[in-house]
Amino acid sequence: MPTETAPDPTGAGSSETGPRIVMENVRKQFGKNVVLDDLNFSVDRGERVTLIGPSGSGKTTILRLLMTLEELTGGYIYVDGEPLTHAKRGERRVKLRSGEVSRIRRRIGMVFQQFNLFPNMSVLENITEAPIHVLGRSKDQARADALDLLDQVGLKDRAQAHPTQLSGGQQQRVAIARALAMEPEILLLDEVTSALDPELVGDVLQVLRDVARNTDITMLIVTHEMQFAQDVSHRVLMFDQGHIIEEASPQVMFTAPQHERTQQFLQAVL
Amino acid sequence: MEFDPNAAFEAVGPLLAAFLQVTLLVTVLGSIIAAALGLVWAIGRRELPRIPGAILAWILDVVRMTPLPLQLLFGMAVVTELDGFRRFGDIEPTTLLTYLGIVVFGIHYSTYMAESYRAGIESIRQGQWEAATALSLPRRRTWRAVIIPQALRATLPSLGNWAIAMFKDTPFLIVITVPEMVSEAERIGGASFKYTETFAVAGLIFLAASYPTAVLMRKLEKKLAY
Ligand SMILES: Nc1ncnc2c1ncn2[C@@H]1O[C@H](COP(=O)(O)OP(=O)(O)O)[C@@H](O)[C@H]1O
Ligand SMILES: [Mg+2]
Repeated sequence: MPTETAPDPTGAGSSETGPRIVMENVRKQFGKNVVLDDLNFSVDRGERVTLIGPSGSGKTTILRLLMTLEELTGGYIYVDGEPLTHAKRGERRVKLRSGEVSRIRRRIGMVFQQFNLFPNMSVLENITEAPIHVLGRSKDQARADALDLLDQVGLKDRAQAHPTQLSGGQQQRVAIARALAMEPEILLLDEVTSALDPELVGDVLQVLRDVARNTDITMLIVTHEMQFAQDVSHRVLMFDQGHIIEEASPQVMFTAPQHERTQQFLQAVL
Repeated sequence: MEFDPNAAFEAVGPLLAAFLQVTLLVTVLGSIIAAALGLVWAIGRRELPRIPGAILAWILDVVRMTPLPLQLLFGMAVVTELDGFRRFGDIEPTTLLTYLGIVVFGIHYSTYMAESYRAGIESIRQGQWEAATALSLPRRRTWRAVIIPQALRATLPSLGNWAIAMFKDTPFLIVITVPEMVSEAERIGGASFKYTETFAVAGLIFLAASYPTAVLMRKLEKKLAY
């Protein structure tokens, strides 16, 4: 598994084959609290993987490590074969320069539970900000692209609105459009419907189903919406206390889980 | 004792002149300097590495915790030390000391405004920084487009209060012999023995300027809310 797929650590440059994401001996501590220890898994190009497991099992931490919002305590993360924040130099583990990190981070996007739209900007500005200032798109191009994306998420008529004028479900759809505007290879979704009123969940999930159907973006999904997980993901990983205790296709995971902890967990949430 | 409206009326002209030429000038330019420097300090406190950051914090504390008149006198001593004004060419001593006042007021109040900015910056939820990182926005752009606009909105009322406080501190300019409005009032009152009238006019001018400013700030604050 992970050791077989681990890339040549000296190999620079994005390879066209091989896994999109490799987590190798990943360790994360908060102070003395070890949250992830010797975690290994990889995700293929275009693969959509759902992470499930009880609260506190480390799912969010994994996504945040990938987004470089948390510092990796040990081990390595590779994106397209390139180290994300730390690289192996012989026996040594070295931290990469921030310029290097941001070059690779650009391939990753994230949608948060709390949306985190910029309240000082209009919906349109939220979406065009990064394409203009990170990708160097022209204002007109970024605007046209953003309107297309808003159309896809069903909010074209709200382009000039400010985030506070939108419902939670609308805000989250804008946040999805904002992430997609950066044309990520990898999209991280952390309980994106958990903060929503139940009647607003459906629209957001529908948008994500469309994204899953119409793009080949690699997705890492943390969700409690098991039907959605079953519909969109190729593989489900069950986490407990920072370890993968079971890994299966959604059909198998949700109908015939093997591990006792998985059975208990699924019984509780389904 | 009788209030002499005529004396009060006669004091208006010269007092207003002193007000515009010194008090208002020092307050407006001093506020601009303080607001700009304060923001620089607040950003510096977050962005500088540990040791330089701690040194900056210490310097700001020292400036904030020493009296403004002392800083004015210190500034004047430094200026005088620099070869009795001659280095500054043809600039009149009064003008030079007015500039000095502007700079000292600006620096002094920048340390207070830095604290206000800091509170404003800290009030921004962590998720805003994280969203900026997730979009790969460079640090500078994150400050400019995301953090400062939001922090400013939270900070502006308090910056306005500091500007009004600065305005009320302008009589301290007496210690470096800059003829701001209150020392002018004293001079005029001394010449005519109509102290009550001239000081009353000076007070009214202060009030007439600071009250609308306060109202304006409140309006602005409302307008900035989203
Ligand atoms: N910023 C943090 N500081 C300290 N502990 C944290 C922090 N973030 C997460 N943790 C801890 O890490 C563990 C895993 O959390 P998390 O990744 O959020 O789990 P999940 O998303 O599966 O609920 C929990 O025990 C949590 O308390
Ligand atoms: Mg979580």
